[in-house]
Amino acid sequence: MNHLLPLALKSAWNRRYTLSLTLIAIALSVTLLLGIERLRQDARAGFAQAISGTDLVVGARSSPVQLMLYAVFRLGEATQNLGWDSVQALAAHPAVAWTIPLSLGDSHRGYPVLGTTPAYFKHFRHGDKQALRLAQGKPFAGLFETVLGAEAAQRLGYRLGDRITLAHGLGDSGLTEHGDKPFTVVGILARTGTPVDRTVHIGLEAMEAIHLDWQGGAPLRGLTIPPELVRKFDLTPKAVTAVLVGLKTRTGVFAMQRYLSNYRGEPLMAVLPGVALSQLWDMLTVAEHALLAISALVVAVSFAGLVAVVLAGLGERRRELAILRANGARPRDLFTLLALEGSAITLAGAVTGALLLTALTAALGPWVEAHYGLALRTALPSPEELQLLAWVVGVGTLASLLPGYRAYRLSLADGLTPRV
Amino acid sequence: MTALLALEDVHYRWPGQDAPCLEIARLQVAADEQVFIHGASGSGKSTLLNLLAGVLVPQRGRVEALGQPLSQLTAAARDRFRVDHVGLIFQQFNLIPYLSVLDNVLLPCRFSARRRQRALESAASLHEAAGALLAHLDLAPEMWRRNATRLSVGQQQRVAAARALIGRPEIVIADEPTSALDAARQDAFLDLLRRECAAARAALLFVSHDQRLAAHFSRRLDMAELNRAAGATS
Ligand SMILES: Nc1ncnc2c1ncn2[C@@H]1O[C@H](COP(=O)(O)OP(=O)(O)OP(=O)(O)O)[C@@H](O)[C@H]1O
Ligand SMILES: [Mg+2]
Repeated sequence: MNHLLPLALKSAWNRRYTLSLTLIAIALSVTLLLGIERLRQDARAGFAQAISGTDLVVGARSSPVQLMLYAVFRLGEATQNLGWDSVQALAAHPAVAWTIPLSLGDSHRGYPVLGTTPAYFKHFRHGDKQALRLAQGKPFAGLFETVLGAEAAQRLGYRLGDRITLAHGLGDSGLTEHGDKPFTVVGILARTGTPVDRTVHIGLEAMEAIHLDWQGGAPLRGLTIPPELVRKFDLTPKAVTAVLVGLKTRTGVFAMQRYLSNYRGEPLMAVLPGVALSQLWDMLTVAEHALLAISALVVAVSFAGLVAVVLAGLGERRRELAILRANGARPRDLFTLLALEGSAITLAGAVTGALLLTALTAALGPWVEAHYGLALRTALPSPEELQLLAWVVGVGTLASLLPGYRAYRLSLADGLTPRV
Repeated sequence: MTALLALEDVHYRWPGQDAPCLEIARLQVAADEQVFIHGASGSGKSTLLNLLAGVLVPQRGRVEALGQPLSQLTAAARDRFRVDHVGLIFQQFNLIPYLSVLDNVLLPCRFSARRRQRALESAASLHEAAGALLAHLDLAPEMWRRNATRLSVGQQQRVAAARALIGRPEIVIADEPTSALDAARQDAFLDLLRRECAAARAALLFVSHDQRLAAHFSRRLDMAELNRAAGATS
């Protein structure tokens, strides 16, 4: 082994161009594999951080995953609401510390509109129990005032004082506008990396006000109520989509959940956000695994490349191997020589790939965070990534046994004179 | 005195062929002896050398070298025997292109402790031992560190001869080492090789189909007489 190492090094140096191309291919595929794995973990972490500090999410009885989809991610249309008297009963419950009613259904240029109360800015937490922070302005106080999420404001280019109109329903086009009742932007939230960034926030009364002259999803014919007059109407909401609930003590959460599922007034459902989020994530694992499988395939292809390059080179190296054998190298030495080379390249490729990923995340991390709200770690490889790397090196070493075995067979068959 | 090399009733057939390519009733070579083996192309010269070097094993008969029954050793033991006791020179492509002249010469010392040890008996270092041989074979020191590929064919053959001789193996086997050289170079190379084998007290088995070279040797073997196999083409 020791006497083979200098030979292996000199031989490899002699073929440095082909070998470095192979190394680059392996390094790039390892970067891809690790990058996807890291993205997956970071996306999962970001997903779990969409909501925190909320003990229960309460809605009309449907599926927990659906409730999470609209209450936390503001996706999809709620088919059933819960009545305002239930919301009030909930807020008055002795175990409850705070409630945040959420009312969805409208949108602004593709961004969801959320009707809520000032409690939202006070009690809503995301990530590691972080509160919402206003980057500019203040929470809404007046009726036709709105606070924008960071991404919505940035993408649509809104500043404080701009006036926007909301559309009835979700989607990008073909929607009826609440054109007669524009809103003024009074606040813009700091970026959170959660669905809050995409949300247009208004007060619950405002939500009620813009729908006064509507019925069954369409404006009432011949009746329009100008914004100056809406104050004359009762703007207490009749129903909301969901309620986020914070309890005084976390220990009461299951008792509260049970109380709500047996609620007399109407069929309700209360879900623990952590549990429902991981259920939701599990539904996404198919896509996640497909992504990982594709990158594993890329690695496999680059190993096939490695083996092909080394095997093809073997034809030219046959003479070299025969000379070595005539001068005392045993077939097993030649096997070692080639296996050593293959695994060294694999190892170097894996290390280069990991370094490349670190460099890339360091360079592109801020940009990705700003544009996609995804926080990328520029950390040392996690245990999962190390395991993946170990797999790569293991498979690469196994793959390089093939050329080693071929060299062994060739040297046995050729004897001392190479037959080329 | 026992012979250095002895073949007894040897039959060798290449795998996949019906008829044996080599049948030799008896052949003995003494220590220090220099033997010229000639024969037509395909008469089995290279096959014979492969048997003597322990690369091939006969289906029948005995090959003995230095008192060891070569034909009964394991493949690993034959490999060991070869690097310890046999120096080889081929017709061409003897050198590893990415190694220097010196590294090429020292190749057997890398794999054999015995060759290394014997090389150090007469020199202070391995480099000195290789240098002495190269100097004897008329290769100037400025060539020693050069890449092996940047030598003329004649120079390459002399480097191969130095490598076959380093660590004083008992047997030197040369398979048409001069056929890539012109006539004047052939004679010069052959004289150098014979002189150095004699100095190292190694037996020389020299194969060629060039009858002209036979004059340099006292003992000549004709494959046509030696090989009784019907399968041998001539
Ligand atoms: N690897 C091999 N597999 C099968 N048959 C072989 C092999 N090598 C040689 N032979 C056969 O063995 C016979 C003798 O070949 P060998 O190489 O010993 O001849 P040679 O006397 O050295 O000829 P040349 O002067 O051309 O080198 C030939 O008929 C050849 O076809
Ligand atoms: Mg031959």
